[in-house]
Amino acid sequence: MIVLQSVTKRYADTAVVDDVSIELGHPGITSVIGANGAGKSTLLSMIGRLLLIDSGTITVDGLDVTTTRGALLARRLAVLRQDNHLTARLTVRDLVAFGRFPHGRGRLGPSDREAIDRAIDYLDLDPVGGRFLDELSGGQRQRAFLAMTLAQDTEYLLLDEPLNSLDLRHCVQTMRLLRRAADDLGKRIVLVLHDINFAAAYSDRIVAMRAGRIHVAGKPTEVITTAVLRQVYGLDIAVDEFGGHPMAIYHL
Amino acid sequence: MPTDTLSQAVTGVAPFVRRHRVCFWILALTGVTVLLVTAYLFTDVTGSWDYVVQLRTRKLAAMLLVAVAVATATVLFQTVTENRILTPAIMGLDALYVLIQTVVVYLFGASALAATDPVLRWTVEIVVLVLFATALFQWIFTGAGRSIHLLVLVGVLFGVLFRSVTHLLQRMIDPAEFVVLQDAFFASFSVSERLLGLSAVTITFAAAGLVLIGRQLDVLVLGRAHAIGLGVHHRQLVAIVFALVSVLVAVSTALVGPITFLGLIVANLAYHLIGSHRHWHTIPAAILLAVIFLVGGHLLLERVFDLGTVLAVVIEFVGGIFFLILVTRKGTR
Amino acid sequence: MIRRIGATPGALVAGVALTAALALVSVFVGVADVTPGSLLRGGPDGEAALLLAATRLPRTIALVLAGAASAIAGLIMQMLVRNRFVEPSTTGTTEAAALGLLVVTVSAPGLPLTGKMAVAIGFALVGTALFLLLLRRLPVRTVILVPLVGIMLGSVIGAVTTFFAYRLDLLQTLDTWLTGDFSGVLRGRYELLWVAFAATAAAWVAADRLTVAGLGRDFTTNLGMHYGRLLALGVTIVATVASVVVVTVGAIPFLGLIVPNIVSLLLGDNARRTIPWVAVVGAAFVLVCDLIGRVLRYPYEIPLGVVAGVVGAAVFLYLLLRSSEHAH
Repeated sequence: MIVLQSVTKRYADTAVVDDVSIELGHPGITSVIGANGAGKSTLLSMIGRLLLIDSGTITVDGLDVTTTRGALLARRLAVLRQDNHLTARLTVRDLVAFGRFPHGRGRLGPSDREAIDRAIDYLDLDPVGGRFLDELSGGQRQRAFLAMTLAQDTEYLLLDEPLNSLDLRHCVQTMRLLRRAADDLGKRIVLVLHDINFAAAYSDRIVAMRAGRIHVAGKPTEVITTAVLRQVYGLDIAVDEFGGHPMAIYHL
Repeated sequence: MPTDTLSQAVTGVAPFVRRHRVCFWILALTGVTVLLVTAYLFTDVTGSWDYVVQLRTRKLAAMLLVAVAVATATVLFQTVTENRILTPAIMGLDALYVLIQTVVVYLFGASALAATDPVLRWTVEIVVLVLFATALFQWIFTGAGRSIHLLVLVGVLFGVLFRSVTHLLQRMIDPAEFVVLQDAFFASFSVSERLLGLSAVTITFAAAGLVLIGRQLDVLVLGRAHAIGLGVHHRQLVAIVFALVSVLVAVSTALVGPITFLGLIVANLAYHLIGSHRHWHTIPAAILLAVIFLVGGHLLLERVFDLGTVLAVVIEFVGGIFFLILVTRKGTR
Repeated sequence: MIRRIGATPGALVAGVALTAALALVSVFVGVADVTPGSLLRGGPDGEAALLLAATRLPRTIALVLAGAASAIAGLIMQMLVRNRFVEPSTTGTTEAAALGLLVVTVSAPGLPLTGKMAVAIGFALVGTALFLLLLRRLPVRTVILVPLVGIMLGSVIGAVTTFFAYRLDLLQTLDTWLTGDFSGVLRGRYELLWVAFAATAAAWVAADRLTVAGLGRDFTTNLGMHYGRLLALGVTIVATVASVVVVTVGAIPFLGLIVPNIVSLLLGDNARRTIPWVAVVGAAFVLVCDLIGRVLRYPYEIPLGVVAGVVGAAVFLYLLLRSSEHAH
């Protein structure tokens, strides 16, 4: 499990993440929702060692993220962010191969090649494996990066707003894919989402943040309610049900 | 349609083609290098063969060392700073080197300095420069979210500042003393064998350091976030690379003075030709290109155009235009 | 607080008075004995009075003119390009003027100073036009990229100049053009600076229109003005000032950049109100730098360009890093 204890991050005087204690990484998909500036991405960045923690501790399966060797953590936890701009021209296969870096420190053995093939296959990237990333569409590029994190072969997978700048079709594809990875491969996925209905439809747990703190955490039916959404987003939103999932009607 | 099928065909065998592309270019560049070096050493010899060849060998050794240092430093620097238009020399390191020398003279006077052993002086200057440069890089580059263009401009301005302060201090030193001093300074640096040896040893150590970092460097091309996610100790790695870059640039500046844009040109050409992100491929290619540029440039300017020592100016001219092309093209951020 | 005080006419008068006081000090600093006392003793034909008229007064006048004109030229460039970090030495203008001067010195050494200046202005115009063309080709026009491109263009032009200067054994001469130095200013050798001053006066009159031109072709045309003509006017003023300063006293790096920025930090961005302040602060800045250069290593002089280079680069760096912190 990913365990956070009294984790705080401040910029100047404002605490962006304020004394948060929570366990993340239950089996299946956990979505983190909340308004802009609620501290979702900051929280994820601290778990992923991209930001220093001001106070408190974060452990992954008992390993403290600030003191444990990077390679060891990288075999348990993969992080994917959305600013995937690269200066170098890489092919899809090159990129996916990087996912094996924590295992072989850059040397690829037969088992690494297998893992790479599996990841490429799993994301249907076979036809474009030799293409350069800048020749792909946005959705394909997104899948290539996902393949890299799959090749990393970790139990936990952290994604920061994976649906950003994707069209509806690719959004749905991505969410279905993550669901599949959670069910078939036993991945424990934590992702930051803006669309609360995607969160409601695909998650096993939802964590709602407000002003740097955890507001509620629980099953989708417990979090996606008119009362909670009012407190989190400051809006009155009707919640209906469809196919067993709560659906927020916020367009009307 | 035809181009489409063609590209399909090409991408199908891409790994094969690419492996050979790297081999091809490395071999081709090596060939050109050998050719140029031979031409440089053995053509157009007037007077004593032994003397001329020996003199040229020494000069050639200096060029080779500089090529290794500048090319390696630039590729490393660009990897760490995640861009392709920045070079350590644009950051004013060469100007800093001259400034450090001037400050030493200003503080301790020329006579005291002339008395010290040149090797000791060289060592101290290199150490001071490396400390300064590493601190400067750390300060500038660890500030999150700064645009790459800002960093280049800040670097350029640091260069201007260093040069201005140097000018100022030079005027503050007694004019008569300064002239004497300037001779003592630069004469000792004109390719003495001891200095060449020292530089070679230093560069070898830096290269050894590079081998230790090894493949972690390749992961850096994915950017900071991915590198950390893949288990690279980013902060430590960047600090090490900055230190290596400082050493390399310091050594090359001490040997021949500033050649600001050479690294920029050879690094970008190397990426373009090799088409690989592996440092194991790009750095050798960049080094070979640097040798070709330096030796070829010397041949062309000295023997063909009889222009003597203006290579630095020509590199500045070509490199400046190259830089402008790079930034006016798309995709440099 | 400062903004409100700065807006009053009284403050401007005080600023002018302070600058005048600096100018007075500047007149009486030097190796030769020129003081109010020696002036009174010697009378109108005494040695002190002669010195005053021949070197001291011309020098101080040249300082004030060059300072005010350069600062305003910088401001105009900033309005036209809509970028805080441009001025003749970050747009290739100064370097182009120096190249022109080199060309005319070699090809027509007998030409009078005005002729040389005309050639320098021509080159400066071409250099600036080249810069503006390059800007159009930039895929993204960030605040920082604009001066960067200008500085690089300047160094390319500078490399050409250095190459020929080296071939023609004129590096020493080139160095004096590129380093502002007022120690050689004499009566009869600085008067061209009045041309620069006149050009900046024209800028004052056209300030509003130049601001509009900075907002772009569409905006300008929409207001019924001729964009091309305004742009040409602005660029001509800038090129003229930069060339005249290079020809008469040598380049003063970053002056046109830092003065308008400092004034804008203190007083805001209303061009009408700030132009007189930019002129006054520019003159004062140059007077102070010159004084520093004269006393720092008395009786030797350190050229103004050297002092201004240190101060200018440091202040420019400060402004840059400050603005980048504000952006976050």
